[in-house]
Amino acid sequence: MLRDSFILAKRNITKMVRNPEQFIDVTLQPIIMTVLFVFIFGGAVSGDSSSYLPFVLPGIIVQTIMFTSLTIGVNLNTDIQKGVFDRFRSLPISRSAPLLGAVTGDIVRHAIAITVTLGFGALLGYQFTTGWYSVLGAVALMILFAVSLCWVSVLIGMLARSSGSVQGLSFLIVFPLTFGSSTFVPASTLPDWLQGWVAINPVTHVIEVMRGLLSGPSYMAAGSTLGGELVWVLGSCVVLVGIFFPLATWAYRRKI
Amino acid sequence: MANAIEAHGLTKSYGSTRALDGIDIEVPQGTVLGVLGPNGAGKTTAVRILATLLRPDAGTAVVSGFDVVHQSKEVRRSIGLTGQYASVDEDLTGMENLVMIGQLLDLSTKNARARAVELLAEFDLTDAGRRLAKTYSGGMRRRLDLAASLIGRPNVVFLDEPTTGLDPAKRDDVWDMIRSLVRQGTTVLLTTQYLEEADALANEITVIDHGRVIAHDTALGLKRQVGGQTLEVRPASVTDLDRVEALLARVGTREPERPSVDQLSVPVADDAALTTVVAALAAERIAVSELSLRFPSLDEVFYSLTGAQTPAETTEVAA
Repeated sequence: MLRDSFILAKRNITKMVRNPEQFIDVTLQPIIMTVLFVFIFGGAVSGDSSSYLPFVLPGIIVQTIMFTSLTIGVNLNTDIQKGVFDRFRSLPISRSAPLLGAVTGDIVRHAIAITVTLGFGALLGYQFTTGWYSVLGAVALMILFAVSLCWVSVLIGMLARSSGSVQGLSFLIVFPLTFGSSTFVPASTLPDWLQGWVAINPVTHVIEVMRGLLSGPSYMAAGSTLGGELVWVLGSCVVLVGIFFPLATWAYRRKI
Repeated sequence: MANAIEAHGLTKSYGSTRALDGIDIEVPQGTVLGVLGPNGAGKTTAVRILATLLRPDAGTAVVSGFDVVHQSKEVRRSIGLTGQYASVDEDLTGMENLVMIGQLLDLSTKNARARAVELLAEFDLTDAGRRLAKTYSGGMRRRLDLAASLIGRPNVVFLDEPTTGLDPAKRDDVWDMIRSLVRQGTTVLLTTQYLEEADALANEITVIDHGRVIAHDTALGLKRQVGGQTLEVRPASVTDLDRVEALLARVGTREPERPSVDQLSVPVADDAALTTVVAALAAERIAVSELSLRFPSLDEVFYSLTGAQTPAETTEVAA
């Protein structure tokens, strides 16, 4: 089953490289977002763009990964519509191999996106002060969160009628999660009602941990600790997987 | 001879729609069965059940000696599927598609590559092998689809409407490929909406409608039942209609009909009738403006078999 999943993951990666739209999602888009936020909003939020960079770069990584982790549903839905899945199903491979292949391919996409964002950040003067272990830990945690979240997208991809509606529904979920958080501005600057949502939004906690691990604890929100935020993130992963993995695999088996 | 496919009493419902209502299918090893029926008759549902993509609600099906429900993995190892649904990946090249499927069939990368090269050559796609499948024409895609289903040298191949939407020349290409497949001993189940296609390729034909088998016979037997081909004559002058009618009555297997005011049609048993009629028309010096021999349409097949009009309004049941 592992060999089959890798063969199918290779297919997904080949398709991503071929398909400029999807490749831009993980390369050009984080670069554009970084330029946009650092140079346009940096001065307003942090006084100048160079002190905003360590604050916003972890946020841009989180936002990029949020968007990429939701394309899995679009891709699976397209494969079903086009009959590619029926071909797979007529082959003597494990029923979960296409799904595992898609998830494995996505992990590669996430790794590319994170590397591009960090690399571009470094070009702009981002300094890695926390050590390699912290950076690798941040990358691992980000991917763990993405893989936990992707089941939401798999579920939507299996239930929606067209890949277009998968995209629409996914955006509906991603926008409040990414923008209703401390991604771009400190949560303390937000109105009270929004702060209530920000505090329970798992993405906020992911961002805090990413800031702590990549830029250093001084960039985290006042009063939050790396350990405490880490518990929140791991807890969110458990809840996401606990709810959406069974639902997504149920919907997948129904189609498969 | 052992049966490569044997199904009894297959039923499948989608909600309140009964897509299959207890059908039996038998295909002896090394032969071609044509499953003929209109859209929505249940052809695709039957293929999907036999190819293990769907579970039947009731009934049993054995393919290559394995039960489709309980030994699905063994069945999948012995079948190839090409059709309206099972498709190649448009974002990969022809070569990449075939290599990937070969690898999924447990071939080593090297063997998968060799098999892909072989099949691309066999299906006249060697030059196109490096191009993305989305740049292929309809006929090339069908050939790639067919090649993809043959990588594992399957014992049984399912072809779900393999030529629908192809122009006649491309259709003939696909037919030739199917024939060469059969010469190699492969058992083929092919669904089609055209009696002509079933007649050209199949040893036996099963006609289904509303999820039931309404006829099963050899191509010849079925053509006898429905009157084989139809001869249509349009005399140059309507005053000759009665003479032509009398003449056609002698060669036809049934009474001639008048499908329009200036035209006559009659079912005939074989191609020889055309020669007979041409000679008779010449002898009686009757000028004709149109003379043609054609296979009965699906409507006519159904009319002869059931005495009812084709259920044209039935829509394909989404699977």
